[in-house]
Amino acid sequence: MSATVIPYDVKPHPLTGMYNGKFGIWLFLASEIMLFGALFSTYVLLRVGAPEGTWPIAGAATTRGDEILNVALAALNTAFLITSSVTMVLAWANLKMMNFKKGQTMLLVTVLLASAFLVVKYFEYNAKFHHYAVTFNEHFEHEGVESNTFTATTPAGTTKTIHYLHGHVESTKKNAEGVIESYEFLPDAEHGHGDAATHKAVEIPASEIARITNYGPGGSTFLGCYFVITGLHGLHIIGGIVVMLYFLATGSKMWKTQPDKYANRIECTGLYWHFVDLVWIFLFPVLYLL
Amino acid sequence: MSDHSHDLPFWKKYIFSVDHKVIGIQYTITALLFLAFGFGLMLVMRYQLAYPNQPLPGVVASVLSEPVVGEVVINEATGETGKILTGDGYNAFGAMHGTIMVFLAIVPLAVGGFGNFVLPLQCGAPDMAFPRLNMASYWTYLPGGILMLFGFFVKGGAANNGWTSYPPLSIITPTLGQTIWLLGMVILITSSLLGSVNFIVTAVQLRVQGLSFFRLPFFVWAQLVTSFLLLLAFPPLEAAGLLQLMDRVAGTSFFDPGGLIISGVERNTAGGGSPLLWQHLFWFLAHPEVYVLILPGLGIIAEVIANNTRKPLWGYKSLVYSAIFLGFMSFIVWAHHMFMTGMGTTLSTFFQATTMIISVPSVIILTCLVISLWGAKIRFTTPMLFALSFLPMFAIGGLTGLPLGLTASDIHLHDTYYVIGHFHYVVAPGTIFAMFAGIYYWFPKASGRKMNEWLGRIHWLGSFIFINAVFMPFFFMGMAGVLRRQFDQTETLHGAAVQGLSVMATWGAIGLALSQLPFVINFFWSMFAGERVGANPWKATTLEWTAPSPPPHGNFDAVPVVARGPYEYSVPGEDEDFSMQATA
Repeated sequence: MSATVIPYDVKPHPLTGMYNGKFGIWLFLASEIMLFGALFSTYVLLRVGAPEGTWPIAGAATTRGDEILNVALAALNTAFLITSSVTMVLAWANLKMMNFKKGQTMLLVTVLLASAFLVVKYFEYNAKFHHYAVTFNEHFEHEGVESNTFTATTPAGTTKTIHYLHGHVESTKKNAEGVIESYEFLPDAEHGHGDAATHKAVEIPASEIARITNYGPGGSTFLGCYFVITGLHGLHIIGGIVVMLYFLATGSKMWKTQPDKYANRIECTGLYWHFVDLVWIFLFPVLYLL
Repeated sequence: MSDHSHDLPFWKKYIFSVDHKVIGIQYTITALLFLAFGFGLMLVMRYQLAYPNQPLPGVVASVLSEPVVGEVVINEATGETGKILTGDGYNAFGAMHGTIMVFLAIVPLAVGGFGNFVLPLQCGAPDMAFPRLNMASYWTYLPGGILMLFGFFVKGGAANNGWTSYPPLSIITPTLGQTIWLLGMVILITSSLLGSVNFIVTAVQLRVQGLSFFRLPFFVWAQLVTSFLLLLAFPPLEAAGLLQLMDRVAGTSFFDPGGLIISGVERNTAGGGSPLLWQHLFWFLAHPEVYVLILPGLGIIAEVIANNTRKPLWGYKSLVYSAIFLGFMSFIVWAHHMFMTGMGTTLSTFFQATTMIISVPSVIILTCLVISLWGAKIRFTTPMLFALSFLPMFAIGGLTGLPLGLTASDIHLHDTYYVIGHFHYVVAPGTIFAMFAGIYYWFPKASGRKMNEWLGRIHWLGSFIFINAVFMPFFFMGMAGVLRRQFDQTETLHGAAVQGLSVMATWGAIGLALSQLPFVINFFWSMFAGERVGANPWKATTLEWTAPSPPPHGNFDAVPVVARGPYEYSVPGEDEDFSMQATA
């Protein structure tokens, strides 16, 4: 019906060997590499410049991400994503073999695996937001719980002694105006934060606290990197799910008239999806293992 | 085939159009409006600079006194002194002038406007490769721009940390304006991403039969290189914008080294960030951005010069290779903006060397264009007048950049008005003159009518004189040591000594504003009453002049086939002095 017929919309161009959409998606992925590349560069630069003892979080025993991240859940998610890449290829391959039903089924499996990834991610994020780091104005000791200390060297070369505890906030006490007066705090037993024998909650008056923060983005620069990179990756996963759901819902209409074009669309979706997986393949070792 | 466009309802034909020509015109008009707005901001600032702390003229004062805007911008002085621009207002105007001019005016005009309209035509394509993506690009750009402007109406006013938004200042500014600026940038970057993918695919895949790469007009090459720069250089700024947004709203400390004391209170963050990181990420975009600003302009100038000298461009292949090399080199010169950050002599040496290297292709391009004039029987049409004045002014802009690229001289000139003079010579009398040349040149193609020559010449003459009156004083002010972003230079002795130059620049700007009146009149008058023209009023060779004026939806009556190079003017033995690319 349209007056304009765009050349190489479905057929590959003899020079590039690609139809327009495939060429376009490759260019888009090039720009995506620059986007994630900038974020990974940020990670490298901040890690290299981090004062000793502050990476991934103040007082950590090693500089590896697994000090505070859950490697088991991330490994599970890696399995989900790699499997979803396989099902994605199967979706496209089946459509190429004119097997629409099986192709759509594989696409649905991909969506389910992607959703499973997000569910696991939700539990990971949630745990971070309920885990706290407290730094004290000076050495803290109460009911047998003692703050840990470490000495950080600032970029200017001066040293600063930091008294801290990591753990969970069980409850808070507020005064009449709603300002928090004290925290019921359960220190972590692992990593030497607190003593395993006296692992019980302790009351910390707010006046003793210099800073209290959860393991959210503001917890440390490492956690900032973690949340921005995985968050942006998560948005890409959601974007992929939206696109795949759209094709699941509307695919049969296009399939009836232009099966080649539909298979091409799934191929482009697949290229994007493999890229999203690939980002995770980089992200997993960099953030969790190194 | 051409009747189809008439079947569409108004909103599909002109508002949510997928036709690259309509989108190009939408981009052009929107960008011109932003250009005028950014210019207006600058006029208010220049008034303050010429007449520090003196009441603004009545009309300006009353416009700026509107409740929300005025709260920040206008200082109600007591007694008879009237309304004065505040320092905060000045800062916001400065930051927004830069942002609007670069991201909302020039780039959308040069790439979104001209690129969209001309590139598919010059490739012989019926439209962009992805028409709907093209529409999405414009409809991402417009909300992004409106969001930016919305900053003026929030409490505390628009972003006021300079167009570069350097942290830590930009992350500790408590007003909402900076957050809106960051959101606006993320949206605008998305828009340019959609556009650049489209341009590259169109230029590579949609060339018609016979139109090999080395038969492409230089304009297409310029747009192609520009698109690669937009595609690959913008994402790091998007990442940086995202990180700064997190610093502002989520309490992270990517750019916060920790221990910042604001109003006597230590900022409560984890610390450990790096303000320098922002500068690296920012300039990784913003230096290629310079070439995004100038390359499409060079493309337009090449077209206009070839057409009006009636001979082939001198050194077409050198132009193309230089543009490609320029694009590549522009990715590895960014830190010459950062010589004063103390990043060390090793890095500085590298970036000085690359900066000197990148000046070579720029000079080759300019030299080719100048030599093209040699021995030609030049037609002094309005577009050609703009193109001819572009050449020396771009040269001034380029050559004054060399002392900034070397640390020894940059230490003295950094952050002075000299820098302002340098890049405005590249962008204002450079790119904007090229844009005007392009508007006069392609107006007949877009509307089917020619713009008035005499009004055009008055516009050119006024602009040419006054734009130099604005920017030439900046070099001398800068060398006298006047710092950029200063609210009142008379507060320093060396600034007060050259205050006369600042007054001159201000009156130059007012003259420049008045010189645009003939253009505005010409633009609208010609749209409805200009001389009607056929498909090829300039007797040009490239493919867009094969299509009817204005081209219908789908562009060409029959798919053209190309048999020649782009600039076959005055070919010996031919009947006419131009041989069109398309075979009849």
